[in-house]
Formats: sequence, structure tokens, C-alpha cells
Amino acid sequence: MRPRMSVRTSENPAPSHVFEIRGGSVNVPALRLFCSDIPAIIALLQERIQQAPEFFRDAPVVIDLHALPVDGEPLDLAELALALHQNGLVPVGIRSGEPGYQLAAKQAHLAVFSEVRHEPSPRPAEAKTPPAKLPEPKPEPRPAAVPTRIIQQPVRSGQRIYATGDLIVLAPVSAGAEIMADGNIHVYGSLRGRALAGVQGNAASRIFCMDLQAELVSVAGHYKVSESLDPSVRSKPVQVYLSNDALIVEDL
Amino acid sequence: MARIIVVTSGKGGGGKTTTSAAISMGLALQGKRTAVIDFDVGLRNLDLIMGCERRVVYDFVNVINGEANLNQALIKDKRCDNLFVLPASQTRDKDSLTQEGVGKVLENLSKDFDYVVCDSPAGIERGATLAMYYADDAVVVTNPEVSSVRDSDRMLGILASKSRRAEQGEEPIKEYLLLTRYSPQRVKLGEMLSVDDVQEILSLHLLGVIPESKAVLNASNSGTPVILDDKSDAGQAYGDVVRRYLGETVPHRFLEEEKKGLFGRLFGG
Ligand SMILES: Nc1ncnc2c1ncn2[C@@H]1O[C@H](COP(=O)(O)OP(=O)(O)O)[C@@H](O)[C@H]1O
Ligand SMILES: [Mg+2]
Repeated sequence: MRPRMSVRTSENPAPSHVFEIRGGSVNVPALRLFCSDIPAIIALLQERIQQAPEFFRDAPVVIDLHALPVDGEPLDLAELALALHQNGLVPVGIRSGEPGYQLAAKQAHLAVFSEVRHEPSPRPAEAKTPPAKLPEPKPEPRPAAVPTRIIQQPVRSGQRIYATGDLIVLAPVSAGAEIMADGNIHVYGSLRGRALAGVQGNAASRIFCMDLQAELVSVAGHYKVSESLDPSVRSKPVQVYLSNDALIVEDL
Repeated sequence: MARIIVVTSGKGGGGKTTTSAAISMGLALQGKRTAVIDFDVGLRNLDLIMGCERRVVYDFVNVINGEANLNQALIKDKRCDNLFVLPASQTRDKDSLTQEGVGKVLENLSKDFDYVVCDSPAGIERGATLAMYYADDAVVVTNPEVSSVRDSDRMLGILASKSRRAEQGEEPIKEYLLLTRYSPQRVKLGEMLSVDDVQEILSLHLLGVIPESKAVLNASNSGTPVILDDKSDAGQAYGDVVRRYLGETVPHRFLEEEKKGLFGRLFGG
């Protein structure tokens, strides 16, 4: 159940026509920084943007400062936010427990996202069970599971589809179309366009397809164009994956 | 409320205008009140194919600009009372068409007509996107060659994302494949894609196959939609298409090389 409340005012337009506040969660990628060197951050970012320009265009991003070395140079948050904007991203907030950064965020009109993860409220049955033993040290919070995106319609020439998790296409992907995913890609129609798995750098992601006629296949930035695909795998059911930085295309 | 049909393809010279003329005449002959609009501002030729080029006073752009009303601009066909042509402007530039203006004209036509057929210009520019924006149905005219199929595929992508129905999250435009200028001989020689090849690439409902035919040129030279030439293969094929569109089950014809007649079969090699 998502919380849902209407806000009432004494003014005349019916409140339901003004706005509604709805609980909800959006999936915003986080830029987790390991150093505060802005030129280095931007240089790497630009490289990533080139690999998946569509994914990054106007994409909101949260700047995660938790992994910054405590004794390192402090980060100039305002400058980083500006540089992100200049590269087509939309920084929406930061994640940090540091009061200094939280203040800087406020001044840069960035939201501060609390560190506590909003877990779904426990169901009554769970709530009643008494803790059996002392709470163990809390494991690293797991990232929320990203739902798989399923496409049932043909992906046409000129269309681009991006999935933050896995992508399953139950129809053909035309020449001139582009499908991308952070995770794995499955195509059950003919794959004639471009398919890029692991566009955020996940080298373990794979492409599976029933009929490989692709213009390009790529896993985590390692790609092959049609011309360099071995004729023995053309028009076959195959999988594409990375092994020691080499792109393997192999019969299923 | 009229149903709005766009005849589109992406590529020029594929047979869109030929098809728009044939389908609109075919629908009118089936008793449907039909209007056909030429969206090809600057390159108008629907009026030529319909044989009404000498009766053009006002055009589509005049109506959009409020310089004429629809009744003044619509040209009534001399052969069929149910059919009206709204010609394109030859003199204005393409920007004269606005989304709002087109929307108003279509809304007005919708009150009086059963079908409005929009003959799209080539390309994926303004004229073409406006012609499809308000469509309920799309007839995607494709020739059996790789580049034409690719263009149609691109057009289908645009139909699926940039139409009014798509933007408002309504039921998507119904898409139909019409394969035109089909030559079984050339398919056999491997010079052209077969119906199956095209179907396989586009995965779309096949509305019909129009053979490559001399009758088309003759018809356009005489300003008669080819569907009126019911002795011709292309005319019959368009007749089938209209009946299929209206829900009849009609087997596909003209997919195979013409068989020799009885005489030919008895005495031919
Ligand atoms: N089935 C056909 N057989 C032979 N010629 C055709 C056929 N369909 C169209 N044509 C010819 O192709 C040319 C372009 O047709 P047209 O309908 O004007 O295409 P478009 O409107 O898509 O540009 C014209 O010369 C026309 O006579
Ligand atoms: Mg034309």
C-alpha cells in the first residue's frame, strides 16, 4: 500500500485539482565518489557518457560521499554540481553524514538524503516475532532489486530502449534500433540492431538472443560490430559475455 | 466521428499517393463518406492522380489559415458523390502546417465524414509527422527492397512514439503493411525481397500486396485512381485491400508469377 493523502486548502479550486502528495520511490543512480578530484571525476564520467549517451542525458543523479577518504582533500560540492550540469546530468542531492557537506548541499540547493534506508514497514506477523538473539552487525545495505524491463512490441529502427536492470525483448529488434541495459539482455525475436549489456560497467552481464544478426553487441563497453562477428554464429541462438576482457560469442 | 487513416512510408516514390487515391476512392465506392487530404505542401500531386487539378481554388493551408472554409476548399469527385479531395498548397512552405491547425481541420472533417485519408509526404520531417499525428490507422506503404523496409521500420517507431494516441497513452495506432510495386519475377531472381522476407523483418499485419503494374502509370496519366481500372491487376489488388480493411476476409493475390493460360499450358514449352 502506498501512502496517499490529499492536501486540503480553504481556497476555492477543489483540492483534488491542485495537487496530491503521493508516496513513492524513484530510482536515481548514485555517483559514489572515492576521491574529491573533480577533473578526474569528470574525465571518467565523460568516458562513461560516451558509452551510453542516452542513459546519461538529463539523468538525475545523487552524489554519494560516504566512500570519500576521511583524511582526503575536501570536495567542492558546488563546483562538482556545476560540472555535472555542464555534462548534461541533473544532480538532485547528496548522501553524506558529514554536517559540513550537508550544509554545502543546502547552499548548492541540493537535497540531503538521509542515511537510513526506508525499509518497507514490517508486516504485523514479522513485527510480533521477538528477536531470537542479539542483533548481528548490520550487513552492507543491499541495493534495492531493480525490476526487469519487458518489451513486447518490435523495437523499430531509430528507437532506443534502456533498462536499469535486465532487459527482455519478446519481439524483433530492427536494424537501426538500440537496446541497452545495466544488466543482462535477452532477445527472443531476431536481434538485428545494437545490443549493449552492462552499460554501467557490469562485466558479468550477458546478452542472450535467439537469432543473432546484430549490427553491434557490447558487454561493459567491449564490443563487436557485425563485420567482426564470426559467420558461424550468425543467425544462431547465442550468448555474448566477457571472459578476461575478451568478448565471447558462443552458441547456446 | 471519422476514422483517420494515414498513408505513410518514409520513402518517396513508393506509392503513397497512388495508394491514398485508390483507398479513398475504394472506401467511397463502398458507400463511406471519405475525404482525402494531400499533406505534401510544395509538391502537391494527389489532385493530379485524382484528376481534379483543374478545379483547385483553395487548399489545405488556406483552410488552416482561415482564408477559406472547408466547404470552399473541398473538391467533390465527379465519379463518386461520397469522395472529396483537400489539395495541398503548391506555393506555401512546409511550415504553414501547424499541429493545431491540422487538428482543427481534422476535427471538422470528422463530423461529416466516415473516413479521412491523409496522404503523407516523404521523409520524417514536419509534414510527415503531422500527417500521422492524429491517425487512428496507418497504412505503411513499403516496396520490397531493403532500404524501403528500413524506412518503414523507422516510420513505425515514430508512429509508436510521436502520435497523439501515443502521447495521450491511448490505444496505439493500428498499423497495416501494404507491399507495393511487387514483382514476383524479380523476387524469384533474388532482386527483390519476398512478402515473407518483409513480413519477417517488419512483423506487421499484411493488408495487401500491390503488383508492379503498367496500369498505375496509365491511371495517373489519365487522372483516374487505379482502383477504378477493375480489369487491371493493381486495380483488383487495391479493391481487395479496401475490402480487407473493412473487415472482409479476402485471400491475397498476385503473389506468384502469372500462370500461363490454358493455351499456354497446352502448347507452351
Ligand atoms: N504498383 C505500381 N506499379 C507501377 N508503378 C507504380 C506503382 N505504384 C506507384 N507507382 C509509380 O511510382 C511513382 C511514385 O508513386 P507515388 O504514388 O506518387 O509515390 P509517393 O506518393 O510515395 O511518392 C509514380 O510514378 C507511380 O506511377
Ligand atoms: Mg506522394
